[in-house]
Amino acid sequence: MKTFLPIVLVVALLAAVPLFTTSNVVLNFLVTALLIALAGQGWNLLGGYGGQYSFGHAAFFGTAAYATAILQVRYGVNAWLGLFAGIAAGAVVGAVIGALTFRSGLRGSYFSLVTLAFAEVLRIIASVAPITGAGVGTLIPLDLHARAFQFQSRVPFYFIALALVALSLIVVRAIENSRFGAYLVAVRENEDAASALGVDAFSVKLCAITISAAITAAAGCFYAQYFLFIDAEIAYGPRISIDALLAPIVGGAGTVFGPLLGALVVKTLGEATKLIGADAPGLDLVIYGFLLVGVVGLAPRGIAGLVTAIFRSRVSGGSTLERSHG
Amino acid sequence: MADTLLNVENVSKRFGGLLAVNKVSFNVAARGITALIGPNGAGKTTLFSIIAGSQAPDSGRILYDGSAVTGEPPHRLARRGIARTFQIVQPFVGLTVRENIAIGAHLSRRGRGEALAVAGEVARSVGLGAQLEATAATLTVAGRKRLELARALAISPRLLLLDEVLAGLNPSEIRDMIPVIRGIADKGITVLMTEHVMQAVMSLAGHVFVLAEGRVIAQGTPQQVAGDQRVVEAYLGHGAAKRMTTGVGHG
Repeated sequence: MKTFLPIVLVVALLAAVPLFTTSNVVLNFLVTALLIALAGQGWNLLGGYGGQYSFGHAAFFGTAAYATAILQVRYGVNAWLGLFAGIAAGAVVGAVIGALTFRSGLRGSYFSLVTLAFAEVLRIIASVAPITGAGVGTLIPLDLHARAFQFQSRVPFYFIALALVALSLIVVRAIENSRFGAYLVAVRENEDAASALGVDAFSVKLCAITISAAITAAAGCFYAQYFLFIDAEIAYGPRISIDALLAPIVGGAGTVFGPLLGALVVKTLGEATKLIGADAPGLDLVIYGFLLVGVVGLAPRGIAGLVTAIFRSRVSGGSTLERSHG
Repeated sequence: MADTLLNVENVSKRFGGLLAVNKVSFNVAARGITALIGPNGAGKTTLFSIIAGSQAPDSGRILYDGSAVTGEPPHRLARRGIARTFQIVQPFVGLTVRENIAIGAHLSRRGRGEALAVAGEVARSVGLGAQLEATAATLTVAGRKRLELARALAISPRLLLLDEVLAGLNPSEIRDMIPVIRGIADKGITVLMTEHVMQAVMSLAGHVFVLAEGRVIAQGTPQQVAGDQRVVEAYLGHGAAKRMTTGVGHG
């Protein structure tokens, strides 16, 4: 149980927030941060642990968001069932993209570009296909009941988002301490050496992208229920792909808490930019760009890696700062 | 003739106009150390990567323990009990020595704790006990070679393929390494090694195959092979053996 203790503490701390404030501004900020943390945790499993840098996690997010919305609007399926269906749909898309790309041996930047292309193709299809509402998008009708996964107050949404994030933290921590997790890291570090030790790199990567997609898909379902509207740009646009990779890289890719930490930092910076930069559109993206360059250049293992390195060098007195695999 | 663990039958591999391996056949007896030697460009590395599953041969087949394994991917061969080391070491640099070795130990052990514990034992058996918690990136060349060996041993192989495991080591490091390799063979693991360091081949191998220009040109005990005219010529050039036996010195 010791390995899960930090997760319990962090989640308990976050769960206490509504005791002190129920301000919509604060809760809305935290819900969106948790949403990014969840989407980022999905990316983190494949990118941070597995070393497969996806630029197209929007493919999973968007598919899940559309699946939830379309099932409700067009087929009258219950929203909670839609949540599970959306996660399953995202996982299937992940498995298909994974099978195609990994089977053809795409590695490194080729993998990144192909995932980006998949997300873009889905975005274009969604912007013209009738079932997605094409350019108009899909609006989920207002039905403020718990059974419809809709709430008047933001507090229940906050707790649901927190529960999903907590679950993703537990899943990733459990994977970290398993043979599958060890194999995934070995594939990241050196695929040929891993194969020589009996690691079936293809299966490991396929499994990783499927779980990764399912986690990011959960964020997509939540998004649909929280905002009750999606269109092709929101679902499959590059924005969510960037959020999903920026949060873990800033926070610490390949660490359990990296995505959550990164999401809070990135979101805070984004809000701060809006405060000082007033309405300059795209200014927050410029800031994100600088942040990404800064993190990759100065702290390749993100904030979590930097903190660990400083802590270790304090404890041991020696310099372990070079313990970055960057 | 002892029973054989590995049969290489008529294996050929062509790269464009170069016939790197030309109808090579040889058998590796179970237990003991077999060496594959030859001058640079003889086709050792190509043959080695074919046996290890990294490349498929154009023709011919490989039998391991009686069953055909030609062209099987490396991870399947590993599960059959064939381990290998890489000539250019391939450590998982971001991981500790213990974590590196545990990847191999996981092959037959699901539990993380168990794999890490076994990794510790294997590390001590190759003399890496003191560096267990150091990252692989901090190891010296000799340390990395030992790590290669330890990782391969952690999968509990029956056949261990060593690709120039002594290359790049200084004489004293080689002297330290030889007993480690002999110890592996003494445990009953069959070893097939390619090696440039002749001193090591002479003191370790029970049987030697000499490869030159893609063909097996000689085989036998190290002593037999070292005295073979064709071998001397393959290394030193045409006519060299004759000049040596007539003992004529021009200088």
